[in-house]
Amino acid sequence: MSQQHIKEYVGDKSVEEIRKDFPILSQKVNGKPLVYLDNGATTQKPLTVINAISDYYKEYNSNIHRGVHALSQFATDKYEESRGKVRAFINAGAEEEIIFVRGTTEAINLVAESYGRSNLSSGDDVIISTMEHHSNIVPWQMICDNTGATLKVIPIDDNGVLMLDEYERMLSSNTKIVSIVHQSNTLGTINPVKMMTEMAHDKGAVVLVDGAQSAPHLAVDVQEIGCDFFAFSGHKVCGPTGVGILYGKKDILENMKPYQGGGDMIRSVSFEHTSYNDLPYKFEAGTPNIAGGIGLGVALDYLVSLGMSNIAAYEKELLLYARQQLTGMSGLRIIGNAEQFGGVVSFVMESAHPHDIGTILDTEGVAIRTGHHCTQPLMDRFDIPATARASVSFYNTKSDIDALIVAVDRVSELFG
Amino acid sequence: MSGLNDLYQEILLEHNSKPRNFRVVEPHTHYKEGFNPLCGDRILLYMDVKDDVVVDIGFQGSGCAISRASTSMLTETIMGQKIEDINQVFEEVHKMLTEPGAELDVNLLGDLEMLSGVTDFPVRIKCAMLSWHTLKSLIDNSSEPVSTE
Repeated sequence: MSQQHIKEYVGDKSVEEIRKDFPILSQKVNGKPLVYLDNGATTQKPLTVINAISDYYKEYNSNIHRGVHALSQFATDKYEESRGKVRAFINAGAEEEIIFVRGTTEAINLVAESYGRSNLSSGDDVIISTMEHHSNIVPWQMICDNTGATLKVIPIDDNGVLMLDEYERMLSSNTKIVSIVHQSNTLGTINPVKMMTEMAHDKGAVVLVDGAQSAPHLAVDVQEIGCDFFAFSGHKVCGPTGVGILYGKKDILENMKPYQGGGDMIRSVSFEHTSYNDLPYKFEAGTPNIAGGIGLGVALDYLVSLGMSNIAAYEKELLLYARQQLTGMSGLRIIGNAEQFGGVVSFVMESAHPHDIGTILDTEGVAIRTGHHCTQPLMDRFDIPATARASVSFYNTKSDIDALIVAVDRVSELFG
Repeated sequence: MSGLNDLYQEILLEHNSKPRNFRVVEPHTHYKEGFNPLCGDRILLYMDVKDDVVVDIGFQGSGCAISRASTSMLTETIMGQKIEDINQVFEEVHKMLTEPGAELDVNLLGDLEMLSGVTDFPVRIKCAMLSWHTLKSLIDNSSEPVSTE
């Protein structure tokens, strides 16, 4: 299995060079070189991001949007510059449409709580799918409970592909919100969100696209998709934890009530009346994660320098290689076989439970995720308790995949 | 790598592939579900107690090799025990898994000692303990489902 691979490139930068930008990747784990294949959970950070966070605290730590002093002004400029980078990254129409939140989970909760509460009532439908992450299920269950709306779920076929004819049947004038994952964190399936958005718009519903797993792996253009909301997390695009983005169309955001009250989101406050700030600040109560926001911008710089289409092409090659290698192994079944896929390969083995696979792989230095991946209804759909999931990033190599295969072989040896 | 072989000893793997008492006990006097919400391991433990003695015990559910083998061994150990003696076994298993290096009563543990390799893998200790916590809660008569988180 120690075959030689030709030198790998993402666009015109070699993966060997890319890996030098990520200090964490050069370490050993359990005496073996780290093979990090848990990028669906969180990605590693390039040195530029780590330095940007440290520079903020070392050189210009101060609060933003309110100080008249130099450091505050500088920090504000850097933070707002980051907002501009996010706008460009997903091709939003305006910076006011970019709201900093804690992550995808908070973004979805914001929409459910603010848009959902005002626009849902008994007799209305919210549509999600079988392959949603818990964070795109539970907020909708909560708001449906509170408003009397009904939650409907698009089924999937055995390959892990949405049944769009069922979706079409489900849509009606009662449909108020469709919230759908762009790329499944468990199956890798990439959903046709543009078409699904058009179908929902035809019925007058708004559409949220959960981009937590798509933003790291493919070029996202929210105007091309046409969705009303798009959410993603900083830490899955090589940025820091604790920061994420909600994109929303300006006319919709303007008509929404604030999600949280506090400082920064107001224009004026008296005990009789409070008027709210303009977009995007109306949705950004309190001192934000300033270092995180700045770090996110630097992370996006890094991705853009490599080129999202180059990243997508390279990762596809890696995943095809992984799937090809795993497909040949006896007693192993890949979960999720959509034609359009990215990011991950999930599998189960007849002889070993995913947690045992995970432990054995760890002793070989191979880090993967095992469990239900916060998609328990999806596990039920496939009648499995859990899967082992290898998820790639552009800094992975075919040698990483080889190490995965050797480790999976070791599982077969032990468990027969 | 020796750690891995200590963890997945032959007896443990054998209990995993051919678990003892893997069945519903009917009728039963005691039933309890143990669940690990983070990893999804689920144990359904059934016990039939007459005159304070466990006359039958069985389990169902799904989980990793560690939790399955641990539960299988549990049923072998507890079968025929007096209820009042179970707590002592629980405490000994708990000590073995959570206090590495502690002096152990090997006679009391028997085959259960095979689980000691888990201590080198801290994230897996809860896999081995799930059924034991379920058993303890079952004899303590708690009505809440057991969770290791």
